[in-house]
Amino acid sequence: MVNSEVELEVKLDAKLEVKNLRFKYNGFELLASLEVKKGEILTLLGPNGSGKTTMLKCIYGILKPKAPCIYIDGEDLHSMSLKNRAKKIGYVPQIHHPSFPYTVLEFVVMGRASQIQVFDSPGEEDYKMAMDALKLVGIVDLADKPYTQISGGQLQLALIARALVQNPEVILFDEPTAHLDFKNKIKISNIIRKITLSKKTATILTLHDPNLAGMYSDKIALIKGGRIYSAGKPEEVLNEKVLGDVYEMRVRVVDVDSFKLIIPDPTY
Amino acid sequence: MKRKIILSFFLLFPIFAFLLSLCIGVYKIPLLAIIKIIVVKTIETATFGKLSFDLNPYPTVYQTVLLQIRLPRIIAAMLVGSALAISGAVLQATFRNPLVDSYIVGISAGAAFGAALAIGFFPASVELMAFIFAMIAMTLTYSLAKIKGRVTVISLILAGIIINAFFSALTSMLKFLMEHEKLAAVVYWLMGSFNGADWNVVSRIAIPIILGSLAIFLMRWHLNVLSMGEEAQILGIDVGKMRLIYISIVSFITAISVAHCGIIGWVGLIMPHIVRMAFGPDHKTLIPLSIAIGAGFMVLADDVARALTTFEIPIGIVTTLLGIPFFVYLLRKTGGEW
Repeated sequence: MVNSEVELEVKLDAKLEVKNLRFKYNGFELLASLEVKKGEILTLLGPNGSGKTTMLKCIYGILKPKAPCIYIDGEDLHSMSLKNRAKKIGYVPQIHHPSFPYTVLEFVVMGRASQIQVFDSPGEEDYKMAMDALKLVGIVDLADKPYTQISGGQLQLALIARALVQNPEVILFDEPTAHLDFKNKIKISNIIRKITLSKKTATILTLHDPNLAGMYSDKIALIKGGRIYSAGKPEEVLNEKVLGDVYEMRVRVVDVDSFKLIIPDPTY
Repeated sequence: MKRKIILSFFLLFPIFAFLLSLCIGVYKIPLLAIIKIIVVKTIETATFGKLSFDLNPYPTVYQTVLLQIRLPRIIAAMLVGSALAISGAVLQATFRNPLVDSYIVGISAGAAFGAALAIGFFPASVELMAFIFAMIAMTLTYSLAKIKGRVTVISLILAGIIINAFFSALTSMLKFLMEHEKLAAVVYWLMGSFNGADWNVVSRIAIPIILGSLAIFLMRWHLNVLSMGEEAQILGIDVGKMRLIYISIVSFITAISVAHCGIIGWVGLIMPHIVRMAFGPDHKTLIPLSIAIGAGFMVLADDVARALTTFEIPIGIVTTLLGIPFFVYLLRKTGGEW
């Protein structure tokens, strides 16, 4: 376990709240209220341009809504210093542009930046945490490899490991499966679930695949035109009516061995 | 093991270069005399003059050449070499751009203009004016390079070319307007030289450069994080503020170097690359090793400048001629992709 002491301090009812988020961009208004508990996965699902990623960026504070609206355990996230925010919330970006060929370990340990004074460098403890995070995501054997020379799936895992060493209470994933193949999608999703359960993080994802969302989410919010069209447990919202409305196409939900498979209707 | 051998080579290189440079010069001094004088003077300094030795068999001119001419010049070259190498490493990290140093982004040209202005026209502090215009040049380059909120590798270099040209033109204008006695000195100084580096120069550059370098050395790990670009923000780093701090420090030490020893190109660009090729990009090792080989390289280049021919070659010419083949090699090896 990574730093069990810090984890004990986390309140049992820790949660992330989005209260009346209101953000205008490109002549388009985003409105949302959400809640994610510790150890829970919430997925934002919706078509391209619906505002999922913008919502994620507003929650993180990369984009700043005018009024305070994001709370972690009742504490206003956007009024925190960057340092304190990074201790509470981790963000796994969809795309990363590498600069210099750092080793995977050096790259992951950068997640400790918020806890390391400016005149200081990471110590043994920090490197140990980075190694533990690499073990958790399953790429510890790549620790000494330049992170510019690993595959896209492995880079995604390294990004997740970097967010993990921040010891966050909330982790945001921006389309974590976007550039991955069939197998790696499942692999990454399993790791996200593992992290959420073992680290008791409040996890928010944006996804494009409703089946994947159905398999891994505790809650799903369907987004359309910057609004939450419908939100709830997967079985409540992933039905033909709601999905059809959100994606503006005909969708069929088929039972396959008690699993609800969502398939688009190509004739539509 | 192999890593340790290369590491000790890098760290011993400046010491070797230092000792070698003491022996090199137009005025011939026997090697034995040089060693004796160095040993004796080191002991005397270390014991604060409580122990002293007789150096009688040697003419006093030996001591004068070694201690009043070569030693301060060597120290100045090492200080400036390390300052430029650090500046290159820091700018490459903060801009995520392996092709920049303080020369390419226009800091040196700005500093040179400020210093020339102070020398020729304003009775102001040369160092201060150099620093002010170094910062102005950097700010201009950065704002020019920023297109739609982003600074790319190429846009920064292009902006640097423009700002370089701008400040070079301004400096030429100053030269044109300058009195004749001052002009010769300014022209020679601008080409880069340690010719005038005596103890007075050392005393004026040593403290600022050592303090600036020490600050960067202490803050070196965060350069790793800053090289992530805007993304460093999600790791808890105030990117804008940190960039400003690092860039101000390197502008400062570059300005001090330029104000006293002129524009010396290529050292800042190339030294960090040599270290990266041997040890990887982690700034924990990159910064100290850049200091070491920057100091060693510069003092050797200065040996070439002062002792290769009977006249003194401006060191800017030497570093450029030595730097270009290396840069070509780098470009060929990587195919232009860093």
